[in-house]
Amino acid sequence: MRRGRARVPAAVLLIAPSLVVMTALFAWPLVVGVGQAFSGPDGPTLAYARRMLDDPYFWPAVRNTALLVVVLIPIQFAFALTMALLLRERPRFAGAHFYVWVVPLAISDLAAGLVWLSVFADRGYLNSVLEHVGAGGYAWLSYENTTTMFLAVVVAELWRSTSLVLVIVVAGLQGVPKDYDEAASVFGATYWQRLRHVVLPQLRPSLQVALILRTILALETFAVAQALTGRSLPLLVGETYQWYNVLQNPNVATAIALVVLAVSMLAAVGYLRLLRDRTVTR
Amino acid sequence: MTNRIELHSGISRRGLLGLGLGVAAAPALSACGGVSTSGADGGEGAVNFLSSQFTQVEERQRFEKILGDRVTAAKVAFNPVDASTFATTVQSQVDAGKVQLSLVGGLHGDLAPHTGRLVDLDDVMGQLGDRGFASDLTELAKLGGGTAKYVPWMQATYVLAVNKKALDWLPSGVDVQKLTYDQLLSWMTAARQANGNKPVFGIPAGPKGLYHRFFQGFLLPSFTGGQVTTFRGPDAVTAWQYMKQLWAQTVPASTNYDSMQEPLQRGEVLVAWDHVARLRDAPGDKPDDWLMVPAPSGPKGLGYMLVVAGLAIPDGAPEADRAKEVVKALTTAEVQAEVLRQNAFFPVTDAQLPTDLPGAVSLEAAAVKAQQEAAGAIVSLPPVGVGARDAEVGQVFKNVFKEVCLDGRPVQGVLDAQAGQLNAILDELKVACWRPDPAGSPCRVA
Amino acid sequence: MSRRRRWHRAAVQAACVAITLFMGVPIYLIALAALSSRESLNRFPLPLLPTDPSTETMSTFLSSTGVTGGFLNSLTVGLGTVALALLVGVPGGYAVARYAFRGRDTYQLFLLLTRALPIVVLSVPLARVFLDTGLYDTTYAVMLLHTALALPTTVLITAAIFVGVPHEQEEAAMIFGASPPQAFLRVVAPQALPGIAAAAMFAFMLSWNEVLGATVLTLNQRTLPAQVLTTLADSPLAYRFAGGLALVLPALVFIAVMRRYLLNMWGTTLR
Repeated sequence: MRRGRARVPAAVLLIAPSLVVMTALFAWPLVVGVGQAFSGPDGPTLAYARRMLDDPYFWPAVRNTALLVVVLIPIQFAFALTMALLLRERPRFAGAHFYVWVVPLAISDLAAGLVWLSVFADRGYLNSVLEHVGAGGYAWLSYENTTTMFLAVVVAELWRSTSLVLVIVVAGLQGVPKDYDEAASVFGATYWQRLRHVVLPQLRPSLQVALILRTILALETFAVAQALTGRSLPLLVGETYQWYNVLQNPNVATAIALVVLAVSMLAAVGYLRLLRDRTVTR
Repeated sequence: MTNRIELHSGISRRGLLGLGLGVAAAPALSACGGVSTSGADGGEGAVNFLSSQFTQVEERQRFEKILGDRVTAAKVAFNPVDASTFATTVQSQVDAGKVQLSLVGGLHGDLAPHTGRLVDLDDVMGQLGDRGFASDLTELAKLGGGTAKYVPWMQATYVLAVNKKALDWLPSGVDVQKLTYDQLLSWMTAARQANGNKPVFGIPAGPKGLYHRFFQGFLLPSFTGGQVTTFRGPDAVTAWQYMKQLWAQTVPASTNYDSMQEPLQRGEVLVAWDHVARLRDAPGDKPDDWLMVPAPSGPKGLGYMLVVAGLAIPDGAPEADRAKEVVKALTTAEVQAEVLRQNAFFPVTDAQLPTDLPGAVSLEAAAVKAQQEAAGAIVSLPPVGVGARDAEVGQVFKNVFKEVCLDGRPVQGVLDAQAGQLNAILDELKVACWRPDPAGSPCRVA
Repeated sequence: MSRRRRWHRAAVQAACVAITLFMGVPIYLIALAALSSRESLNRFPLPLLPTDPSTETMSTFLSSTGVTGGFLNSLTVGLGTVALALLVGVPGGYAVARYAFRGRDTYQLFLLLTRALPIVVLSVPLARVFLDTGLYDTTYAVMLLHTALALPTTVLITAAIFVGVPHEQEEAAMIFGASPPQAFLRVVAPQALPGIAAAAMFAFMLSWNEVLGATVLTLNQRTLPAQVLTTLADSPLAYRFAGGLALVLPALVFIAVMRRYLLNMWGTTLR
C-alpha cells in the first residue's frame, strides 16, 4: 500500500496490454450491440424494452434466474470447500479423486445438458434404475412438476460448474502453509476453529474471485436448463438466445441482455466493495 | 503422515519454463490461419455454399456426396450451420460489404429476413423454364417483391407417423388414412386408457420444435378455413378448445421435443405429427412396423402446410456465375430425385418421383401424395412477405398454446390479447394475406 | 485417539468416494452412450453396463468431413489462447494484486463486462470488425476473441494468488541484484504457479468448448466445436454423445498435464 501511489506508471504499464486487447475487440461491438436495444428505424425508442416487459416469458425468466443464483451459489461453494478440505486431509488416491472432480470443467455446457437429460428424461437412466428396483418412474422434467424440474437443473449445474470454484479454491489453498494450521493445532485449536480463523481468512482473495466469477457465470446459465426443460423453465440468457436466434429480433434480445449485464455489474460492484479492504493489506 | 502429492513438488522453475515454451510454440502452428474443415479449401474458384439445411451429420455426408458426384460446374465448399449462425453470417458479410459466400440455401423463413441482401434471380429463373416449378413456389420466392429472390430448391410438408402398435386401439370403423380431428382425439384417449394411463401422442413443442406450424397450417385452417383473419372468431375458439382436449391426451414431455423421430424410435411416443425430414428416421430399419398418414381433417377440410427451401445468392457474392451453375445443377430432375432418396426432401419441379425410394421415404411419399390429393385439402403457406418477423408471427401462435393448454387460461381472452400482438406486427408490415386467407390487403385479424 | 483418528480417515475416504461417484457417473454415462449401438439407446429400461458395445457411431462421427481439420484448429486456438491470455493477463493480475492504482475496480469491472453480456448480442458487430480487418475465417480471429473472453478469469485468479506471495521475498531478490522482471520470474512466478495453472486450464477449456464466437468468425477454418457442436443438435442422440465424448478426451489430457502444476506446492515447505 505504502508504495502503491508512487508506482502508478508501473501498474498502468502492466494493465495496458489487457486494456488494449479488450478495447480493440469489444469497444465497438459493445456500443453497436447496446445501441440496438434503444434505437428503432425512427431513432431512439423504448418500444423494445416495453416489448420485453410485455412478453409472457420475461418475468418468469427473471424469477427463475434469481432463484437459481440464490440456491445454486451457496450450495456450490459449500460443496467446493468440502471437496478442497477433503483433499487437504490427503486421502488415498487424492490425485485420482481430484482429477475426476475437475473433469466436468472439460465438458461443454451442451454436452452437460445432453448427459443430464439422459439421466432425468422419462425413459432415462434415473427412471431405468428406479424401474430395476421396482419403484416405477417419475416425470422429473414435466412442465407440471416445476419443483423437480428446477432441482434437476440445480443438480446438473452443480455438477457442471463446481469444478471452477474447486480449482480456484485449491489453487488458493496451495498458498496456505500447513505449518500455521499445525501450529494452531498444537495449541489445542479444534478443526472448526482452525478452519474459521486460519484457513478461511487466507482463502479470502480466492473465494472473492470465485464468487464474482461464478455469480456472473451463473447469471449466464442457460444451455443446461434449455436441454433439460425446453422453455418450461425460462432463464434470462436463454430468453436472449430465444429472441435472437428463434424470433430473430436482436433488439429485444439486446434489451434482455442489458438486464443481465446490469445485474452482473451490480453484483460485481457489490462483491468488490464488500470485500475490498482485505485485498491490499500486504 | 505420508504425502502423496509431494511427488509433484520440485518442478517449479524448470516446469514453469517448459510450460512457457510449450505454450509459446502454439501460435507458430497456426502459421496459415487454420486448416480447412469444409471439404473444399474455399480458395480460388470454389463456391462457398452456406446452408441451414442438412446440418445433421449423416444428411450432411449424403448431401456432400451428391454435390461431389452430380454437381460438376464448380467445386463446392458445403457449410451447413444452424439457422441463427446462418442469419448472422449472411447479415454481417453483406452489411460489411465483404462477402465470402457465393451461395446460400435455407428455408423460406431463413431467407425472408435477408430480402434486401439477395440479388435478383430473374435471369436464372428464365433459364430454368423447363424445370416446371409450381406457381405457388415461384410466387413465394419473390419474398413479397416483384422479382425472384431465390430459386426453389426442395419442399416438404408435415404428416402423422404411426407406430402400428397404436392401431390396436383405433376405434372400429375409423380409417387411419382418413382421420378427422375428432377421431384422432377419441383414438388417442382410448390409447391412453389402454396404455396404463400413459399418453402415446406427441407434438414437437420444444424450443426448436415446429409446433407453431401445426396451429398455423393444420389445426386452424381445418377448423376455421383461415390462418390470420379468423384468428379469434368462434371457430378458432372451438379449435383451441379441441387443442386443449388433445393436449390432455399428449405426452407432457412434448414440451421438450424438438424433433419427433427420436421419441418415436424410443417408443415414448407412438403417434406423432412432424415435418417429414424430422420423421424419416423413426421407422429405422423396420418400415413394416410403421405407417405414415395424412394429417386429420376438420370441419372446413384438411388443412396442410407447405415447406419450401430456396437457393439464393448474396449481394456482392464472389463466383456468382459459378454459383448460378450450381443452382441449375441442383434443380435438375436427377439431383432432385437423389435428394429425396437420400434426405427426404421432395422435388420442387415436376420431375417424376423415383420408384426405388427407401422404406421410410416411400411411406412418406405416399402420405404426402394422399394429403395433397385429399378431398377438401386446404393448402397453407408459411407467412408470406413478413420477412424477419416470421418467427414472431409464429410465436403468437405458440403463446396461445402456452396460455391455453399449459396455463389453462380461458380461450377467448387469450385469443383477444394475442390478436392484438399479431395485429401490431401486421400493421407495421402492411402485407397482403397469404393462403388460405382470402387475399386482402392489409392482412389483419378480423 | 488412534481409533478416533482411524474413524476420521475412513470418513474422509468415504466422502471422497461418494463425491467421485457423483462427479464420475455422468462421464461414465457419456462414454457408455457414445459406445453403444443406436438401438440400445432406445431401449427401456436403459442398460447400465456396456452389454452391446459398438463403435459404429463413433467411427462415422470421426470420419465425417472436417473433424481432423477442426481438431487441429481447435488445438492451435486453444494453446494460442492460453499463451496470449497468460502473456496479457498475468501482468494485469500482478498489477491488481500489488498496486492500489486508481481505477483498479473499474479495470476489473471492465474485464468482467464482456463475460456479463451474452456474446450472441455482440456477434454481428464482432464479425464485422474481423471482416474489416481481414482476419475473418482465420484461427487468429478466434484466438483473439477467446483471449479476450479468457482475460477476466486469468487476471482475477492470478491476482488472488499474487496477493498471497509475500512482497518481502521479491524485495530481497532485488536487493541481491535481480531486476524486477527477474525477481518476478525467479521468485513470484514459481510460487504463483498453481494460480497460473488454474488460469491456463480455464482459458484452454473456454476456448475448447466455445461455440458461438467461433462459428460466427469462421467459415471454412472451423474449430472442432464450431464444426460439430452446432450441427450435432439436429443429429441422432448417439452422434451427440459420440461428439460429446470426442470433444472431452483431448481436454482430459490437458487437465491431466495442468493438474501437476496446480497441486505443485501442497505439503512442501517452500516458505
